[in-house]
Amino acid sequence: MDERRPFLSEPSSAPVVEVHGLVKDFGKFRAVDDVSFDVRRGEILGLLGPNGAGKTTVIHMLLGLTTPTAGTIRIFGFDLAHHREEILERTNFSSSYVSLPYSLTIRECLLVFAGLYHVRRPKARIKELLETFEMPELGRKQVRHLSTGQMSRLNLAKAFINDPELLLLDEPTASLDPDIADKTRTLLVHVARERKVSILYTSHNMLEMEQISDRLVFLHKGKVIATGKPADVVSAFAGENLEAVFLKIAREKKP
Amino acid sequence: MKAHRIYALFLRYLYLYKRSLPRFMEILYWPLLDLLVWGFVSVYLARSQKGIPNVVAFFLGALILWDILFRSQLGISVSFLEDVWARNFLNLFVSPLTIAEYLTTLMLASLVKIVLAAGFMALLAWLLYAFDFFVIGVSLVPFIINLVALGWAIGFFTTAVILRFGQQAEILAWGVAVLFQPVSAVFYPVTVLPPVLQTVAKYVPASHVFEGMRAVISGGAFPVSELLWAGGLNLLYLAASLVFFAFLYRGVKKKGLLARVGE
Repeated sequence: MDERRPFLSEPSSAPVVEVHGLVKDFGKFRAVDDVSFDVRRGEILGLLGPNGAGKTTVIHMLLGLTTPTAGTIRIFGFDLAHHREEILERTNFSSSYVSLPYSLTIRECLLVFAGLYHVRRPKARIKELLETFEMPELGRKQVRHLSTGQMSRLNLAKAFINDPELLLLDEPTASLDPDIADKTRTLLVHVARERKVSILYTSHNMLEMEQISDRLVFLHKGKVIATGKPADVVSAFAGENLEAVFLKIAREKKP
Repeated sequence: MKAHRIYALFLRYLYLYKRSLPRFMEILYWPLLDLLVWGFVSVYLARSQKGIPNVVAFFLGALILWDILFRSQLGISVSFLEDVWARNFLNLFVSPLTIAEYLTTLMLASLVKIVLAAGFMALLAWLLYAFDFFVIGVSLVPFIINLVALGWAIGFFTTAVILRFGQQAEILAWGVAVLFQPVSAVFYPVTVLPPVLQTVAKYVPASHVFEGMRAVISGGAFPVSELLWAGGLNLLYLAASLVFFAFLYRGVKKKGLLARVGE
């Protein structure tokens, strides 16, 4: 058995992420209200909803950045509240809106994260990632000098540094040009299908969500209002496509 | 705690200094100016024969030791602020890095700054004013340990407040240690202070270190009781600062502020 992927021995139907009855209150405001879902091995789960729906709060709770008010989060079968370190060693995260140390070069930055995730043969891994994300010539460039698109690609390279079994991606293609965005989607589908990486994904690009998500969890005002395959969600709301459903729900202003 | 994660984060601070002349100068520039000003003041006082024996040693020894306290606190707070300014905090804390590993790395970064700055000041004091800082002898070891411990305690306290209240509180990173200077009896004996402040000084570990330093330079005995008192206070303050940090850190996670540090 591959030592880095002990869960390979688990049945493929076993959920990698199990969220049950998740609640988050900020004072009197309930940002996340009794949310439950799971992410299976090798599955791409799209988490969507209008601004303020609670997507980012859910992701932050899954990463251990924010403490839930109630509910349980189990990842790889472990309770996140008690096994944060073990879980995060096998997980990674990328967001187009998060920076990396801007005084460091791309290579230095990835070396630091390779160390944090205890990556073996980090230089070879970094070379491989720079080629995957089409920036092999940028290794010595300081992060501060990167364009928004290059920054997004670096964030994605960082997210793949530890060959994660679970990827949490917050609008990873938001700042990418159509070519790189398409290649990124292809890569995400490839790692999910071939390497059985589980991906929890948020995006405001509904076409993208329909294309690559195996299932969707639709959040509105902190509550889950629909789950299922993209086509099922579209038909449940009698829409033409996911974008039409999204607009309908967002403009109704009620769950 | 995992050594590879501490090393990786430490590497991040080394990379920062490798490429940044202003950051490197910050370690050398202020100590140089302090040393020049206080060096000339002490030379003037020595020449004017005001009846203060060992005045150069008193002032320059005190200056270097004070800088050790100040740098040890800055080493914690400013290294933390580097992550805040870079908006890198979120990426660090979605990795397996633990808060204990993070604080340990801040302490290591602080030690490097102390060695560089104090070494530079000691060398300059010897070259410019013929003052050998190491004449204080083995007493230097407990003096320095006590000052570093107090600096770290202040550093953890200020870092926790910045973590909780955001960048509006970052002025504390430079200001809090200086608050302790008047009652630390750095350049004058505690007896100079008004009675109320003498009582306050009793509970400031640094005041015992500086009193001890003056005793040693004057040829007096090793100030065992002063240092035991300072060590006890430091243990208490260090533990209290870590409890305070842990308390605010839990609150920050509860309020969802950890993901917003640097915004």
